[in-house]
Amino acid sequence: MADLLSSRNLRRWLPWALIVLAALVLPVVLPPFRLNLLGRFLSLGIVALGVDLIWGYTGMLSLGQGIFFALGGYALAMYLQLNELKPGELPEFFSLYGVKSLPAFWQPFGSPLFTLVAIWVIPASVAGVLGYLVFRNRIKGVYFSILTQAALLVFFNFFNGQQKLINGTNGLKTSTARIFGELIGSDVMQRNLFWLTVVITVAAYLLCRWLTAGRFGDALIAIRDDEPRLRFTGYNPTAYKTVVFAVAGALAGISGALYTVQSGIVSPQYMAVPFSIEMVIWVAVGGRGTLIGALLGAVLINYAKSLVSEALPETWLFIQGGLFLLVVLALPDGLVGWWRQGGPGRLIAMVGWPPRTATYPALDLDPQVAAEQDQLERRGGGQG
Amino acid sequence: MTSTPMSRPASMNLLELQGVTVSFDGFLALNDLNLQLAPGELRAVIGPNGAGKTTFLDVITGKVKPTRGDVVFRGRSIVGRSEHHISRLGIGRKFQTPRVYQNLSPRRNLELAVRGPHGPAALLFGSLSSEQRDRVQHLLSVVGLERQAQQPAGGLSHGQKQWLEIAMLVAQDPELLLVDEPVAGLTDEETARTADLLKQLAGDHTVLVIEHDMEFIRDLQAPVTVLHEGHVLCEGSMDQVQNDPRVIEVYLGSETQEDAA
Repeated sequence: MADLLSSRNLRRWLPWALIVLAALVLPVVLPPFRLNLLGRFLSLGIVALGVDLIWGYTGMLSLGQGIFFALGGYALAMYLQLNELKPGELPEFFSLYGVKSLPAFWQPFGSPLFTLVAIWVIPASVAGVLGYLVFRNRIKGVYFSILTQAALLVFFNFFNGQQKLINGTNGLKTSTARIFGELIGSDVMQRNLFWLTVVITVAAYLLCRWLTAGRFGDALIAIRDDEPRLRFTGYNPTAYKTVVFAVAGALAGISGALYTVQSGIVSPQYMAVPFSIEMVIWVAVGGRGTLIGALLGAVLINYAKSLVSEALPETWLFIQGGLFLLVVLALPDGLVGWWRQGGPGRLIAMVGWPPRTATYPALDLDPQVAAEQDQLERRGGGQG
Repeated sequence: MTSTPMSRPASMNLLELQGVTVSFDGFLALNDLNLQLAPGELRAVIGPNGAGKTTFLDVITGKVKPTRGDVVFRGRSIVGRSEHHISRLGIGRKFQTPRVYQNLSPRRNLELAVRGPHGPAALLFGSLSSEQRDRVQHLLSVVGLERQAQQPAGGLSHGQKQWLEIAMLVAQDPELLLVDEPVAGLTDEETARTADLLKQLAGDHTVLVIEHDMEFIRDLQAPVTVLHEGHVLCEGSMDQVQNDPRVIEVYLGSETQEDAA
């Protein structure tokens, strides 16, 4: 028992225990409205994880993740529109535009299995193809950002204009659809969706950790630090960037699908330019290059957004802009980076309580330690 | 005008540059450059600023395509191949300013460089063999970075970064090592150790060193090629080269060559 509570084990298990506890307690404590909001923000954490992979780790600032987010949302919404229709019936909106038969690309979305795969495979494929073409031509930096934003606008305008295919600007409603005989918008269903979101968020986090922990993650960081150098070491960065961009696309698709069913609608607004930029801000504020920072940033900022918007609707954009400025100017590694670099301690010290350094008397008296300390200090002084 | 002291049949050379010309909008960075390297050779390349030394390495490693001429490695032309492809054929390069991955520790820098498959799948699903691990550990001790092995390389001193990059080059285990200014900014003792290391590597590997430091070049005891305005001015031992009137003319004030570094 004592072993189980040792600080190392505690550090390893405590976060997971807290997550399980939160997942069990929150649905009881929070009113359905708040729980639903939390579920939505958690699902946004998944797209933020993807942004962190490509931007925080690999150094590619994509302003077009909304494309993949919306594609995932549409894939699931199309299935829900078709689900539990009687044979020969069409989703309601088609009749408004005089469409008599289901467009061909809708057909496969009648299958739940196809849809479950399509939610992440379609965004991943679009990202993979787009990424490959861009990376092969060695387009990077600000040109990559502009290109992704241009692609976003192309998708946005296309989806807006296609009333007869996907209901254009109005988007597809999911809250009134039924699955397993239950309304998607019902409280019971929303609570189940919250749990599903928790499970998938944890899985996405573990996937990203697996990707970034080993030598693959090192290669991503090497691409960010010095891509040409990596080429001369025998690596083909195009392959790495394509893979990681496709993974981020898949995560965005899953995120979009979960977000759609919890907010009740998918529309081209998910591909609006500001929304994709906000995704970057979540990661920047939370701490890019740290996975937990991306998750935290997405959840905290969106929760703050909903609270502030309820109280003072006009001020949120200013607060968001201010947060971004604060992070750029004062916390370049975001909240998590600030925390890890001893930020809270420094803050307390500034108020007048310098922290006591913990040490062992035996260590201070050890002649070898003293000699090493001395040597280190001299070496530190010798460097210019 | 190009004197080749060691004429060999072409097939015996590891690397051959045949009449390589590189033109940047009409400016000839390299002008009809011919050079041969035998397997196991240690060669020094010197030349005043703007002689085309770095462009010369860029051409070999695939960063710059020659306007005319051919680069032949192990009997096959490598012109037009991408950088990573050429690297995998066995040509490694150390850059003028130390280029290490700042946010990775020296150990992880070396683990990326170490010879082996370099595809995404190999890095995700494979792990380092015990042989590769030993190699990384050995190199860390050779360059004296064992104590800093886990800290980000961005915090290393200039000399330590130089050595880390040389270690990365050795970890790659290329047949041909192209080393651009390995002792810039190093202390005399570090410079001497670098010369020893490069001499050790020659024999098993072919090493081409570009350097301004004449003492260091003398230490290497290697044949010297002098570049000037994009082509080979002369080749020979350090003493021959230093007494060549053409070289003296190119390097103004040849008595103070040491200061030219």
